[in-house]
Amino acid sequence: MQSKAISSPKPIPSMRPSMGSSLGFIQDYSVYFFFAAVLIFFAVTIGDQGFLTVNNFFNIARTTAMISIVSFAMTFVIASGELDLSVGSVCALSALTCGLAIQGGYDWYVAASFGLLSGLAIGLANGLLVTKIGIPSFLVTLGMMQLIRGVDMRVTYTNPVAIPDPTFNSLFGAGKLFGIPSLIIWSVLLAVVGHVVLRYTTFGRRVLATGGNRLSADYSGINTSRIKLYTFMLSGLAAALAGLLYSGMMQTARYNFGEGMELAAIAAVILGGTSLFGGKASIIGTFAGALMIGTINNGLIIMGLDVSEQMMVAGGIIILAVAFARKPSH
Amino acid sequence: MSDEHPILEMRDIEKSFGAISVLKKVDFTLQRGEVHALMGGNGAGKSTLMKILTGVYSMDAGTIAVEGQPIRLHDANDAKRAGIAMIYQEFSLIPTLTVGQNILLNHEPRAGSLFLNDRAANRLARSILEDLGEDLNPNTLVSDLSAGMMQMVEIAKALSQKAKILVMDEPTASLSEHETETLFKIIRKLKAAGISIVYISHRMAEIFELCDRVTVMRDGQIRMTEPCANLTIPQLVETMLGASSASEFTWHDRHKEFHGEPLVKVRGLAMPPRVVDVSFDIHPGEIVGLAGLMGSGRTEIAEAIFGRRTPAAGEILIDGKPVSDQKHAIDSGIAMVPEDRRRMGLVLDHSVQSNMMAPNLDRFSNGIFVSDTNASGVIERLIGRFGIKTSSPAKAARLLSGGNQQKIVISKWLIRNPRLLILDEPTIGVDIGAKGEITAQIRELADAGTAILLISSELEELLAVSDRMLILHEGRIVQNIQRRDITSEEELHHAVQGHLIAQADPVHAA
Ligand SMILES: Nc1ncnc2c1ncn2[C@@H]1O[C@H](COP(=O)(O)OP(=O)(O)OP(=O)(O)O)[C@@H](O)[C@H]1O
Ligand SMILES: [Mg+2]
Repeated sequence: MQSKAISSPKPIPSMRPSMGSSLGFIQDYSVYFFFAAVLIFFAVTIGDQGFLTVNNFFNIARTTAMISIVSFAMTFVIASGELDLSVGSVCALSALTCGLAIQGGYDWYVAASFGLLSGLAIGLANGLLVTKIGIPSFLVTLGMMQLIRGVDMRVTYTNPVAIPDPTFNSLFGAGKLFGIPSLIIWSVLLAVVGHVVLRYTTFGRRVLATGGNRLSADYSGINTSRIKLYTFMLSGLAAALAGLLYSGMMQTARYNFGEGMELAAIAAVILGGTSLFGGKASIIGTFAGALMIGTINNGLIIMGLDVSEQMMVAGGIIILAVAFARKPSH
Repeated sequence: MSDEHPILEMRDIEKSFGAISVLKKVDFTLQRGEVHALMGGNGAGKSTLMKILTGVYSMDAGTIAVEGQPIRLHDANDAKRAGIAMIYQEFSLIPTLTVGQNILLNHEPRAGSLFLNDRAANRLARSILEDLGEDLNPNTLVSDLSAGMMQMVEIAKALSQKAKILVMDEPTASLSEHETETLFKIIRKLKAAGISIVYISHRMAEIFELCDRVTVMRDGQIRMTEPCANLTIPQLVETMLGASSASEFTWHDRHKEFHGEPLVKVRGLAMPPRVVDVSFDIHPGEIVGLAGLMGSGRTEIAEAIFGRRTPAAGEILIDGKPVSDQKHAIDSGIAMVPEDRRRMGLVLDHSVQSNMMAPNLDRFSNGIFVSDTNASGVIERLIGRFGIKTSSPAKAARLLSGGNQQKIVISKWLIRNPRLLILDEPTIGVDIGAKGEITAQIRELADAGTAILLISSELEELLAVSDRMLILHEGRIVQNIQRRDITSEEELHHAVQGHLIAQADPVHAA
């Protein structure tokens, strides 16, 4: 396509790149400042109690991997202006599907594909309900979260399913490559992929345009329903992968995998500077947000807080951090 | 007490956003009971100056005095207290509340200290509306109102706050002709009641009809303040744009005849209640103007061609094939510039560049990966070409002036070279210089073979560019006429109201 319409260039007025206001800069990157503050705080208070060791950091990254991966996909969902609350239940569904398939004698890769397909199918269902019938995603996925969790409980009557496949377990969770836990490799790899897709592909642009202003995107020829459908499928797939990683790490699949995961993932996304209303997103920010949540949990455990105390403190810190990340309403 | 003082004096007002200075030592004086036009090109600083006056933005330096008393404006409430109210360029009513609730929002009559007194509120709202000469039920939901009615409610809201100074930022941009007349009547009434009005508009005719004095801004400075009676339109345009940019806005016959196979055929199109029976053709390279009153179904017809609406009866053929949906329309090379830029045309939080890239992603990518560097050359050229005032292509669209936002919406489609470009009210809020540029672009596109369907409420604009005109009245095309057979704007004005133009050589609707 050639542009005859603008073929006679006129001199362009000098254009300096705008720096944006310094306040906006701090807000866009507030997750990194907060993360640094959290690290410094724990380093000073519990640095000598094992917080400041390579092993502990590996540990944080490893245990956060599932939430990170789910929140990468969640970033796309939220960037397109929707929400997915069903990820936690899907995570357990995929783990159980895969576990039962392995017990049923399927090869690990076939079983893993079944697990991933189950997540993809739920994502597809979510997406179709939202885009074709027009139910708000908050409600669709809230219902789906409940429904699938019920299925999870029913299939094995809440009994755990052991996964006796060493290849599977080492690939998805328990193993290492060059001394680096496979869970960390998975999450870093997917962070890079997510970042590239969001920033540099037409799909990423279309997601942002859809969430930024759906009508305008529609007029621009973007099939916004299709885009939303894809982000839900992506989210289902990521949640299913997280389920495989959980079961590989534990060498078991359980019905309660991923409980509360949806909230942690959404918090990570928002902490990372993605707008809850869509149109603006950052995968790297999300990664930092997820790692920060993991670090807070880890530090509080080392400090010896019990579960109830951990929940209170972590919740408070998240509210505080989001308050800073939030854009002031002029 | 202070009759010797003007009602409003702004002195040495300065304002910068970051490193960019938008207002430079601006002086502005408003006399009691005058209608004072504030004019200038897109991005000259008009809205910014008035937002300072209403406490939306804070000024960096300068003084403001109302009736001789210096005032400090920290927020919108300070302005309200000083008797200053503004009707914004974009509407600011709450659609889910009723007319009465909107008018009295935040100063509702109470019963006791806690409870609202709805009866008193409705009575009060009704009496304000009656003073304006409007017979509107205060219980109506605002979302059910026409644009014109919403404007009345905005004005009523300002009056309920005892405003002495009323600022109107492009109030007629989304009004029909009839609504505009009503608005003018009300403005005269307000003026007679001693209210002083600042009136921002890009429409010359309105200024001369309505205003006592004109102040012209350019690049953040005041260039002139004069009584209207002393001025001519060319003088005004020159002061606004600088001497160089005398852009022409007159029609010339392109001397083309369009025969052969039409690109688009519309046959017996019906979409009740507004579109009853519409048939016409558009040929490649032809500029067709669609004239009709506001609400006559013009946008509906456009949306049907673009595949966003399914007609109740009739068919639309592109290249002889019926349009199935929007994707088909877009794949067949149809593009549409929708009329409401903030709602449909832009992602306000995204940069100028990414807005311009949105419909052109296929062009600036290899199918998967987007190349911003490829795009930026083309986009910088467009920015220069249209004089889009932005400090950088990376600036968020939200931060541009109203007219410059509109220029983005239009220019982003021009890179596509569509086969049919549908323009729905393309020049709302665009300054006179850019209007000329847009007109020239439309002609250039058509010369290169693009078919154009232009919808505009500004008859002057339709007359300036169309080769042929379709006159829509009560859901039917009542006349299909060559531009060269129309001799005056007057004629067209009557035609859209149903009085046909006498034709020497009628075009036959196929
Ligand atoms: N919040 C903001 N941040 C940065 N720049 C801004 C902001 N608001 C306005 N500007 C810039 O200030 C300049 C003046 O804008 P303003 O809205 O006052 O223009 P205007 O005269 O009202 O134009 P129009 O006729 O197009 O409405 C523009 O170049 C605009 O980009
Ligand atoms: Mg303006």
